[in-house]
Amino acid sequence: MHVPDGFLNAPTSLATGAIAAGVVGISLQRASREVRESGPALAGLTAAFVFAVQMVNFPVGAGTSGHLLGGALAAALVGPWTGLLVMSVVLLVQGLLFADGGLTALGTNITLMGAVTVLVGFLVTRGLLRAMPKRLGSVVPAAAVGALVSVPIAALAFTGLYAAGGAVDLSIGRLAAAMVGWHVLIGIGEAVITAAVLSAVVATRPDLVYVARHLQADLVLVDDQGRTTTVSPDRPVAAKPAGRSLGAGVAITLLIAGVVSLFASANPDGLEFVGAKLGFGEAAKESAVAGSPLADYGVSGIGNGHVSGALAGIIGVLVTIGVGLLVAKMASLRRRAESASEPEPASRA
Amino acid sequence: MTGGAGDGLYVAVDSPVHRLPAQVKLVALVGFVICVVSTPAHAFWAFGVYAGIVVALVMTAKLPAATVLRRMTVETPFVVFALLLPFVAAGPQVDVLGVSLSESGVLGAWNVLVKGTLGVVAAIVLSASTSPRDLLTGLERLRLPRTLVAILSFMIRYVSVVSGDLQRMRVARESRGYDGGSLGHLRAVAAGAGALFVRSYERGERVHLAMLARGYTGMMPSMARRQATAAEWRRGAGLVVVALLVAVAARVVGG
Repeated sequence: MHVPDGFLNAPTSLATGAIAAGVVGISLQRASREVRESGPALAGLTAAFVFAVQMVNFPVGAGTSGHLLGGALAAALVGPWTGLLVMSVVLLVQGLLFADGGLTALGTNITLMGAVTVLVGFLVTRGLLRAMPKRLGSVVPAAAVGALVSVPIAALAFTGLYAAGGAVDLSIGRLAAAMVGWHVLIGIGEAVITAAVLSAVVATRPDLVYVARHLQADLVLVDDQGRTTTVSPDRPVAAKPAGRSLGAGVAITLLIAGVVSLFASANPDGLEFVGAKLGFGEAAKESAVAGSPLADYGVSGIGNGHVSGALAGIIGVLVTIGVGLLVAKMASLRRRAESASEPEPASRA
Repeated sequence: MTGGAGDGLYVAVDSPVHRLPAQVKLVALVGFVICVVSTPAHAFWAFGVYAGIVVALVMTAKLPAATVLRRMTVETPFVVFALLLPFVAAGPQVDVLGVSLSESGVLGAWNVLVKGTLGVVAAIVLSASTSPRDLLTGLERLRLPRTLVAILSFMIRYVSVVSGDLQRMRVARESRGYDGGSLGHLRAVAAGAGALFVRSYERGERVHLAMLARGYTGMMPSMARRQATAAEWRRGAGLVVVALLVAVAARVVGG
């Protein structure tokens, strides 16, 4: 199942590598609280479990046996972010320690078999659970459908990558039809195995199943006087927006601005072109900032047009962020001044 | 495999490749494979040079040929795909032994086969010459996030324990007549897998509590031992530079 080297060309492999790094970075951040509270050992052992269970032969009917891919199962058991980390770690170990899947295809494999299967599996499962009756019995069928859908979607994503960077001129429509058709079959096997394994866990330890945590019944205590007290179950650990995401966002924006500006055309844009054609180009007033160092998206004093354009993109983003932060700061100062007379709300422990 | 499942493909011999720090090997081999992947498929001589380099690497690392060949079978599903390509690809057709094949399909099949094979041998050189522990320190040196390295280290440490659990459960299940042959046995096999998850999860909780009891503060101690020297980096860079020269020459000169 692992994509080898050379299946996709170098730019596509590098792009999927960047996507994989980004997705793993996001899930590290979103899972950071879970990992801090339950420790890296728990995620590591879950990864070891997925690795081991991928080697089990499950009988799936008609005398054939199937293997688990495990993305949707991991998402249902430990949640999307930890699940994504777990699958990425499994693929890293398979690629680096077992030579399974190419080194340059590591990003492709993490993107397809980690990110796509986990996220699609989780979103489908959660969407179905919202629509289905709030009972523990809903978890297994919802996760089975999630597993069924996740496999052909990953195959479709592979077809998309192949269309972008495949080595051979294939009819993409035919490839997509063949890939999806074949992977629907694999997906059925995946759904059967996921359902069977998950129902075994739900039967014994439903509290461990991430997608079932909100379905736990309240604990009803009756004391010797016959009074009842209801204790609601622990809420799942909610992912907390982290401050570092701002930093990551800025970095990505700068990168895009810098790289995209390299390709930005120095030719007049569409409106300017149409204007010139129609003859009102001369009537257009020079912009107020025409004399500024960033005029026409190039930094003056730098000869190389590409470098200058990239620098202008980066500086532009920085200035925009600066202005945005300034506005936000002023708004928050004003709000603080307004609420200064009111008492501070008690902070939660 | 003599070692546990946690050892990967590691072949414990002493060789210049084994002695190179993991981070150098990782960067050099990934760089090498990128060069291979970006070489146009019709530059046949270039792949001969690459194959020579890879064979030289395997010999320098003193890897048994049988191990390398056995491991190369992971490629099989994609070999099948590659062999189908000449029949399904579009474009002008050529006749070979009376069978009509697509020209771009034949080239594409060659492309996938040769690059995939070179890539898998490069990955085998890495995994067979680097112990899991060295690989972890190398990844840490390459600034992989600490949390990810910590999760990786626990996975590698416990994968043989979990596999052992699974093995014992399989023996217990099969000795009760559930050999997993028919669909009716799915329940028994899956119950084993479910129990394996619960056991692994609980083991993870116990390990974490034991770590807390021993003063774990949320940060794993750094495992990195020594930095790679400039000479070692130069050796790694040499491989990439040679591959790069071949790739550039293949683009300029062509087939």
